[in-house]
Amino acid sequence: MSEVQGFLDRLSERAATRGAEPTWIAARRQAGAARFEALGFPDRKVEAWKYTDVRGIARGDFALAESAEFSPASAAALTLPIAAHRLTFVDGLFAPALSDLGELPAGVSVEPLSQALAANHEAVGGALGRLAGVDFSPFTALNTAFAEEGAVIRLAPGAVVERPIVLQFLSSARSAPVMSHPRVLVEAGARSQATLIEHQVGEEGAANFSNLVSELLLERGAILTHYKLQELPQGDHHIASLHVDQARDSRFTSFNLNLGGALARNDIVTDLNGQGAEANFFGLFFGQGRQVLDTHTLANHNAPLTFSNENYKGILDDRARGIFNGKVIVKRDSQKIEAHQNNANLLLSDRAEIDTKPELEIYADDVKCSHGATTGQLDQEAIFALRARGIDEATARGLLTLAFAGEVMERVAIDAVAERVELAVAGKLPERFNLAGLVEAAVALHEE
Amino acid sequence: MLEVKDLHVTVEGKHILKGLNLTVAAGQVHAIMGPNGAGKSTLSAVIAGKEGYEVTQGSITFDGQDVLEMEIEERARAGLLLGFQYPVEIPGVKNIYLLKAALNAKREAEGLGEIPAPEFMKLIKEKIAFMKMDASFLQRAVNEGFSGGEKKRNEILQMLVLQPKLALLDEIDSGLDIDAMKVVADGVNSLRAADRAILMVTHYQRLLDHITPDVVHVLVDGRIVKSGDAELAKELEARGYDWVLEESAA
Amino acid sequence: MASEEMEQLVRRDYKQGFVTDIESDTVPPGLDEGTIAFISQKKGEPQWMLEWRLKAYHQWLKMTPPSWAHLDYPPIDYQAISYYSAPKKPEDRPQSLDEVDPKLLETYEKLGIPLHERAALAGVAVDAVFDSVSVTTTFKEKLAEAGVIFCSISEAIREHPELVKQYLGTVVPTSDNYFAALNSAVFTDGSFVFVPEGVTCPMELSTYFRINAANTGQFERTLIICESRAQVSYLEGCTAPQRDENQLHAAVVELVALEDAYIKYSTVQNWYPGDEDGKGGIYNFVTKRGDCRGDRSRISWTQVETGSAITWKYPSCVLRGKDSIGEFYSVAVTNGRQQADTGTKMIHLGEGSRSSIISKGISAGHSNQAYRGLVKIGPRAKGARNFTQCDSLLIGDQCGAHTFPYQEIGNATATVEHEATTSKIGEDQLFYCQSRGISEEDAVSMIVNGFCKDVFQELPMEFAVEAEALLNVTLEGAVG
Repeated sequence: MSEVQGFLDRLSERAATRGAEPTWIAARRQAGAARFEALGFPDRKVEAWKYTDVRGIARGDFALAESAEFSPASAAALTLPIAAHRLTFVDGLFAPALSDLGELPAGVSVEPLSQALAANHEAVGGALGRLAGVDFSPFTALNTAFAEEGAVIRLAPGAVVERPIVLQFLSSARSAPVMSHPRVLVEAGARSQATLIEHQVGEEGAANFSNLVSELLLERGAILTHYKLQELPQGDHHIASLHVDQARDSRFTSFNLNLGGALARNDIVTDLNGQGAEANFFGLFFGQGRQVLDTHTLANHNAPLTFSNENYKGILDDRARGIFNGKVIVKRDSQKIEAHQNNANLLLSDRAEIDTKPELEIYADDVKCSHGATTGQLDQEAIFALRARGIDEATARGLLTLAFAGEVMERVAIDAVAERVELAVAGKLPERFNLAGLVEAAVALHEE
Repeated sequence: MLEVKDLHVTVEGKHILKGLNLTVAAGQVHAIMGPNGAGKSTLSAVIAGKEGYEVTQGSITFDGQDVLEMEIEERARAGLLLGFQYPVEIPGVKNIYLLKAALNAKREAEGLGEIPAPEFMKLIKEKIAFMKMDASFLQRAVNEGFSGGEKKRNEILQMLVLQPKLALLDEIDSGLDIDAMKVVADGVNSLRAADRAILMVTHYQRLLDHITPDVVHVLVDGRIVKSGDAELAKELEARGYDWVLEESAA
Repeated sequence: MASEEMEQLVRRDYKQGFVTDIESDTVPPGLDEGTIAFISQKKGEPQWMLEWRLKAYHQWLKMTPPSWAHLDYPPIDYQAISYYSAPKKPEDRPQSLDEVDPKLLETYEKLGIPLHERAALAGVAVDAVFDSVSVTTTFKEKLAEAGVIFCSISEAIREHPELVKQYLGTVVPTSDNYFAALNSAVFTDGSFVFVPEGVTCPMELSTYFRINAANTGQFERTLIICESRAQVSYLEGCTAPQRDENQLHAAVVELVALEDAYIKYSTVQNWYPGDEDGKGGIYNFVTKRGDCRGDRSRISWTQVETGSAITWKYPSCVLRGKDSIGEFYSVAVTNGRQQADTGTKMIHLGEGSRSSIISKGISAGHSNQAYRGLVKIGPRAKGARNFTQCDSLLIGDQCGAHTFPYQEIGNATATVEHEATTSKIGEDQLFYCQSRGISEEDAVSMIVNGFCKDVFQELPMEFAVEAEALLNVTLEGAVG
């Protein structure tokens, strides 16, 4: 309880220094705080947190950052080298100097949450919190209580954004850890198209806690591709939930690439509410050391003729722990559904652990649903085959590890993102792996 | 035996058969040929009673009975049997079991009792030998893991066991090599009898080299536009379908 | 608790007395220490057994019923249940088959139950409906010759206390779960099997006893032990629908397999599922677990679950021994308003342990069914392997099929594969069968039986035949 109290105290401290807020915001904060207090931090008896120990967060003493300081040079090194519309946040605070929205197409607005609220808080109020209620989890409640910053993205009907919109969340190394509770709202109008990248990254030595909640509304025929590239420093704790509402014929594709953090938990929930709506979940998690990487996805097929497809790959080394829970619910009368899930895991070390649970809950009969989960090692015969062609064992293992991730990675359309992941996976593997060597070997294999 | 009159059929709102007329008498072998998309498979599906085909006009009678009013299994028990172009796989259900269940269903409809086991086994052994099939096949699940040729042989085997009055063969030659074609054709030829009719739907002439039809029909755009004897098939093989189209348009 | 106190307790309860005359062999509804002492006394149990029961009871008091299952039923009033009742007196039973519900008899007919067994199953008070005594005697002699002990658990507690003491509760501890604790406190009967070292049990057990076994009551306790290189095949249950006055059933089954031992346990469960609205059906909360203690030991569970209003059941294997093998083959059929939450746990602790799970679920009517499974690979289970295939078939659009497979893998040398599919019965397959003259209902049962083939072939022959017939009866009216 005292753990909960610590966070509530931070909230009252902040309330005392913060300027007056519109009533609905204050009321929502209160609801969030009350819910958080009632739920407390989840323990292992809570099914959704059965394998995930959040005591590292609960027992942490996290202040709220007061200033957004980050060296431009190190920020530049961390930033994805792509032409994009970019907002940067440092420890949760908006960093205008590190942001560059460039020229946005007509009918498209991208604003920091604080600015959007200041400009017209009523326009934001209706949508905010509609998809991510305080009951979803204690962390959503906590976010609702604290959230002050984040992003509001609006796409008018038919608007097409060519360049990706990047929300860059930087975590800085500080003498005392801080926490942030960013909130992201995306309203994609009918037939609009965009790619959104949420990028979590930070300085070595950081040990902060970030708690992100994103809400994405896709109107009829909207197409939204969402990338999450999480490469936080090893000391960071990160919790995120992504809530999607899909109208008829909309298409949502999620790439959830989890590489960093001491603990990273991602919830992705989509509601397929209109016929023809389609959701694709692709993910990769790579854990080493004592990392805990946890992903929960949920596809609610609320309407007939909706489709979902999921493919997650987990690679775990050292004493890392991976958790995957993919759930599909088909509501009564949601006929003609197709839902497929796959989760494959690779354990590279004897002490690594994976807990996976692909779930189906089906209340309609005209459905084609399947799921598969496999866990194994690198194929010894494949390693042998590569060695028989003159490739050393370490390189062979590296090649096969990348090949294992291939099914997901080949769908990643943004090269800079793919490169980050491949570099991280190959580079983070023990020294026996050498990317340049891998590439050469791959080329050699290809030419053979 | 089979009489199709002014048959109009739509599939998912699309008008496929547009006033098809066809009469098949006992003792005859008919072949229906036509280009892809003419409606050949629709015709066999409608006669067998597959769902999703809406008859908007016309009639089908079989031995004086209104076929369109009959359940799928009633049609089969009455002796109207379809050999599928793509026989479905039924995991876990043995061939021998399907054959026995189907034969007994037919016998029951005819007022006969269940076939005694020794008699059944004798019959089956004879028929699988005729179809040059291995006895182990009886213990395998229906069509599961069968090659294209095995599936088609299986269709004919069922015909031989169930002895239909009208055998309806939908593209029975597709996916067959020459040897398998020969076995299948021998099977079909052995079905020829004075009290039985055979109606084949095929895209290619080559089947008709092995099974000589009494009547050949050309089905184009949902109608039978030309009928003739076996020579017509050869002509189609040599000249294609265009000349028939032109002739019928004229 | 000291034995003196215990005795006092027993006596005190007698003093407190029961409303009903003790001679009538029943206790009024309700559960307290007195009830347990009464049961123990009735069974002529030694002191240690009563202590064991009371310990379980106190653990149970502190527990709460599990709520995680995908089941919906009103809370059970445990004080409204009578925990001991002797079989009905002859005069209270139907006097002949003419007095039995014709629907029930019709089902027996369809299942091909022999005439002389039907009367016994329907509870007709005929002295010699089934000459079980002579049959029993013959087999008992044969078993004794082989050194196999096969008797009721009550008899075993009296006659073989050292064996019971050594093994009872070592696989399913009294505090394992709510229902296991309850069972441990109040179980009334069940089977005991002991197969000594090197012996292969000369017959499949319980086939000939199935009717008698059906009367073992609502809290059944079974313990099967196979010593090194011993083997046994045990058949539980009955394909005939069993009527029972008791709505709550909470059985516990424990299996122990030592080195190179093999236990095959087959179940057909067909308790009354309730009426069309789901009223009156049996609640079946079962804890079944096998312990592969010895190297290369093997335990195989096969179940056909068609009955009960509520089924909560996860026959499991703890694969402790090196290269031990666990198997689970299950067919569960739900129709009407039935609900089933069933599956298995495979706990891999030993090096090279292997397990396979094949689960086939068929949901029809307004029923709901969940497969819930756990595959856990411990850090020392090097080279452990599991394969799981879990398929659901839906018949009709008002039923539900759910899959909750947990995998906890803590070993990089393990290979675990899980596959699951959910689909409706194939229209193409139905059409194919119908176009061969087979009626829709027969076609459905053929296809469903085919769907279940992988499991049925694991059943002992005579059970397999009955199981197929049973499936058809259960699915009657599911189509059309």
